[in-house]
Amino acid sequence: MVDTFVIPLLKIVIVLNATLVGVTYMVLLERKVIAWAQSRLGPMRVGPYGILQPVADAVKLMIKEDITPVRADKWLFTAAPIISMVPALIVYAVIPFGSEVSLFGRQVTLYITDINVGLLYVVSVASVGVYGIILAGYASNSKYPLLASLRASAQLISYEVAVTLTLVSVVVMAGSLSMVQIVNAQYNSHVWFVFAQPVAFVLVLIGGLAETNRAPFDLPEAEQELTGGFHTEYSGMRFALFFLAEYANMIVVSSVVTTLFLGGWLPPFPNVAAFGFLYYVPSWAWFLLKSFVFLYLFIWIRATLPRYRYDQLMNLGWKVLIPIAIANLVVTGIVRVLLL
Amino acid sequence: MGEAIAFYIIAGFILIFAVLVVTAKEAVHSVVFLVIDFLFVAALYASLGAEFLAIIQILVYAGGIVVLYLFVVMLVNLKRPPEAYADPHRRTTLGFALSAAMLLEIGVIASYGYVKPAPALAAVAAPVTGNTEEVGWLLYTSYLIPFEIASMLLLVAMIGAIVLAKREL
Amino acid sequence: MITPTHYMLLSAALFTIGVVGVMVRRNIIIIFMSIELILNAVNINLVAFSNQLQNAVGQVFAIFIIAVAAAEAAVGLGIILAFFRNKETVNIDEMNLMRW
Repeated sequence: MVDTFVIPLLKIVIVLNATLVGVTYMVLLERKVIAWAQSRLGPMRVGPYGILQPVADAVKLMIKEDITPVRADKWLFTAAPIISMVPALIVYAVIPFGSEVSLFGRQVTLYITDINVGLLYVVSVASVGVYGIILAGYASNSKYPLLASLRASAQLISYEVAVTLTLVSVVVMAGSLSMVQIVNAQYNSHVWFVFAQPVAFVLVLIGGLAETNRAPFDLPEAEQELTGGFHTEYSGMRFALFFLAEYANMIVVSSVVTTLFLGGWLPPFPNVAAFGFLYYVPSWAWFLLKSFVFLYLFIWIRATLPRYRYDQLMNLGWKVLIPIAIANLVVTGIVRVLLL
Repeated sequence: MGEAIAFYIIAGFILIFAVLVVTAKEAVHSVVFLVIDFLFVAALYASLGAEFLAIIQILVYAGGIVVLYLFVVMLVNLKRPPEAYADPHRRTTLGFALSAAMLLEIGVIASYGYVKPAPALAAVAAPVTGNTEEVGWLLYTSYLIPFEIASMLLLVAMIGAIVLAKREL
Repeated sequence: MITPTHYMLLSAALFTIGVVGVMVRRNIIIIFMSIELILNAVNINLVAFSNQLQNAVGQVFAIFIIAVAAAEAAVGLGIILAFFRNKETVNIDEMNLMRW
């Protein structure tokens, strides 16, 4: 009873709350880091160094008036933010945050579940998230959101192909689709997959930026051209849901990249006797540290790089990333067959 | 017991959303109901122990094919309602009658199977365990040629779609 | 106790809903969606029997059906778009250029 219901439910509650709190603080982190990159201070008013800014933002968004445009499709207009938020959250079901820990005399695994199609689950749930964006643009009955949502969905679908093809080569390396097994495979091979699959790592990183609509691929919400993108007509809490979904997706991408390429909860040089002392740091701490590095990298890239043009974006996706991904997969397969 | 409850809930939702797909006035609503319907079908597959197929259903159907439909519905933005004109020769009642007859026919066959269940076949053991591994093993051994043909079919369909949809080549 | 018959009946009902959609609706996009429902009904049957016989071949065929559905959707929607550019309609009753 405790093992089948109580512990999973507790884990779900903890993971969802931690995610939402993490997401709100991601917003603060992003504003701070970009401010520092531009020699500004960023939010400083609410609490010391603006540490309570997310609370103020949340209160503001919740008490704002929630407007539905008159000619909008009310049903879809309400459903769209929910559709984009839910996939961003349910992905966390398969992400392993750490290995086992013993709590109150009970061995607890630090992931909600480990299904044997975990990686495919992540990809497929992410692919369902596109609907939120398309429907938001369509339901708003307004031209900028419609243009933005067409751009966004075309971008997401194109880069999804490249990312999925790249992930296959990681699966070939690990021999399993389960996230936990992929980490274990890195433990057994004594090396993180980032060193065995550097090309795949770069491709997934670029694809992940595009999948989360982050700069330099943030065309769907280009303020200068589209007045904010597919959520132009949204206000209040429904706008906040889109915003939170975007940041939750960023955390998903960084967690997945960490799991697949940086050994998840493993310390550097896993399973090497000389570096055994690294295991004194708890596994979840390694995971959080590595994910944080990626989140910081995302913000850093946004502060550094200018935005792509739309045709450049499509060319990059279809004519560069996908061919490289296929070549990488073929080479991986050949090497794997020859060496094993 | 749990299996029965799960089946009836999932089956009920599948049928409800299928009816909504067919009866929805606006094509966009129809597409949304279709996605939800496919997600429930995926849940049914998962409950049948076909988790790989369930995920493929979500990935390919819900995340790929239906997005195409949504795109086309948005591109085909009509100034007049799409069902404004009805062919006078159309026989809608006949359509309902034919469908009902077919349901009856399949139902009879199914209930015949219920009365006289087929003997259970011995399971063919694959050299691998796990649903994904088993499906993969079959795809790349016994069904390799159909698999390759399917990939050729997809390639041809892709080229065909480009040729059809492009304004000028 | 859920037997394959239950799955067959579910599949038959879904199939019939799809057939009704094909026969009754005039919007060709909705007709295509009804065809997808029909294909799904077939898949449910295949997977149910694959589970009953403890043999993954049914799932393999379901995967082939999904591939065919993808091909069908791509070509079909291409035809719809090409037709829409010429006649500004998706009503199947107005698609009668080949009738005479």
